[in-house]
Amino acid sequence: MNISDKLKSNPAALWSAVVLIACALVALPFVLAMAGTTWVRVTNLAILFTLLALGLNIVVGFAGLLDLGYIAFYGVGAYTYALLASPQFNLHLPFWIILPIGALTACVFGVLLGAPTLKLRGDYLAIVTLGFGEIVRIFFNNLSQPVNITNGPQGISRIDPISIGNFSFNGSEVILGINFSGPVKYYYLLLLVLIAVIVINLRLEDSRIGRAWQAIREDEIAAAAMGINTTRIKLLAFAMGASFGGVAGGMFAAMQGFISPDSFVLVESVMVLSMVVLGGMGNIWGVIVGALLLSFVPELLRHTVDPLQRSLFGRLIVEPEVVRMLLFGLALMLMMLFRPAGLWPSKVRRRELAEK
Amino acid sequence: MSALLEATNINKRFGGIEALSAVSMRIERAEIYGLIGPNGAGKTTFFNVLTGVYRADGGAFTFDGTALNVKAPHEVAAAGIARTFQNIRLFANMSALENVMVGRHVRTHAGIFGAILRGAGTRAEERAIHERARVLLDYVGLAARGNALAHSLPYGDQRRLEIARALATAPKLLALDEPAAGMNATETATLRTLLERIRDDGTTILLIEHDMKLVMGLCDRIAVLDYGRKIAEGAPAAVRNDAAVIEAYLGGELA
Ligand SMILES: Nc1ncnc2c1ncn2[C@@H]1O[C@H](COP(=O)(O)OP(=O)(O)OP(=O)(O)O)[C@@H](O)[C@H]1O
Ligand SMILES: [Mg+2]
Repeated sequence: MNISDKLKSNPAALWSAVVLIACALVALPFVLAMAGTTWVRVTNLAILFTLLALGLNIVVGFAGLLDLGYIAFYGVGAYTYALLASPQFNLHLPFWIILPIGALTACVFGVLLGAPTLKLRGDYLAIVTLGFGEIVRIFFNNLSQPVNITNGPQGISRIDPISIGNFSFNGSEVILGINFSGPVKYYYLLLLVLIAVIVINLRLEDSRIGRAWQAIREDEIAAAAMGINTTRIKLLAFAMGASFGGVAGGMFAAMQGFISPDSFVLVESVMVLSMVVLGGMGNIWGVIVGALLLSFVPELLRHTVDPLQRSLFGRLIVEPEVVRMLLFGLALMLMMLFRPAGLWPSKVRRRELAEK
Repeated sequence: MSALLEATNINKRFGGIEALSAVSMRIERAEIYGLIGPNGAGKTTFFNVLTGVYRADGGAFTFDGTALNVKAPHEVAAAGIARTFQNIRLFANMSALENVMVGRHVRTHAGIFGAILRGAGTRAEERAIHERARVLLDYVGLAARGNALAHSLPYGDQRRLEIARALATAPKLLALDEPAAGMNATETATLRTLLERIRDDGTTILLIEHDMKLVMGLCDRIAVLDYGRKIAEGAPAAVRNDAAVIEAYLGGELA
């Protein structure tokens, strides 16, 4: 990390860099909007998935517990929001009440998953968490009978947008002569949440609890001998990771206005885990890079593969979705071969894998 | 004052193997108490039972005047017993300093909200953890290696880092499982000075060690295990000349 060291020793350069990045982030949605509002939406989803990847990084990267059902917490957060702010039960609570409730509910689910799996490691833990993710999704699918709670596979629609007083994040608005579309407004909100989550993650990593997580990842027996209550600290990792997932899920529900069990399938868990692994497990900045890459590249493909084939061959030969999965698989394989520690690994993983 | 640790009739079986049978010992405050015996005698098992890794099949420990009732290994550190491991168990991919900082866990309090909010209290505690860890690294002679990843350290340094990490829990009893294993003569001499200093600073040491020269020169008293039984106990000179001990070692290391 030579660059960051250099920046640290030169506060003027550091601050100019911060201001520059901040300006770029503020201007970004308007630049994207020129290419189409879709791209702002894509960016918003990318930020949501970055939130998810950062949450999963606590469990997988810091504490070393493999979780293949993480998307369940995203789902729990989303459904909590949807049920408390939609015509489904005719409840319309404000977001600043629901988001914490969603985080808390997801947190409870995190503990529910964590408690029975405390003694499991590696493959076994992966299988149980995978099953957990599926169970939660199947509940979403089937809790429409005998009492209709989740509305089954049809999902829940007309979910309230996030609003503060009269200001709603849905719909366009002209402020100071500039037109802010709904997605642009959500972009700024998500950006704020993302910054908060990054700060929280950085602080957690460099704290008494964060060190305890890493100690457990490194050697559970030694950690216990140092007085770390491994049960409690592992549950804490599950709970924290799940809470982040819950918040992201709530924002997803509000932003989309519609959710169904289809958004919380196993592939999504795998995708979030891939983001963590691709970027560099345990390194917050690496995880962010991984999440952004895996969010944007498929969208770029979607918008290029189809027109490209039509202009070259006059018709569509290979579906964009197929190309996407093909390249995804190829990328993962190349990565395992050439950068097994991730694109931007933590110092830890890099050395660990270099030894082997 | 009562003894620091009193073990009474400790039993531990592994299937057919009687790893410990009716082992009793009294460890006085501020002494270095040696625990020796041939390979497989049950020394490490005694540590594991004492520190809650295994549950004893029978017997009881009294520590610092009260019964030691541990339900989980982490409670032992809180009670004031810290240990090192025969097969070094450092947090390999954390820095030397971070390893020692983890040792402060049991004596500090910041929780998840403290970590997120980073109020004045948490920051003060973090500073104190940092400071203490630096002092301890210096104490064991690793002041210059704080930023090195634990697994990148030479073997002897790793052993000393384990001691620093254990000391960070502010133990009353420091249990060391073969700390000199794999050390050369110079490193062993440094280790000896370190252990004497730890004792003189008031921490009692329970020492498993195969290096007889070190054990005989360092320990105030020694117990000898053989096939899970205590066959001798006493001052080094007495133990060295004990017929049963010589028999157990077949004249090997003691000769
Ligand atoms: N977890 C276990 N399961 C089964 N048997 C065990 C276990 N741990 C130790 N033993 C057995 O208990 C006996 C005592 O082992 P222990 O490791 O305590 O010996 P030791 O005195 O530390 O020997 P060394 O000097 O070689 O370290 C040995 O016969 C060993 O095989
Ligand atoms: Mg042993």
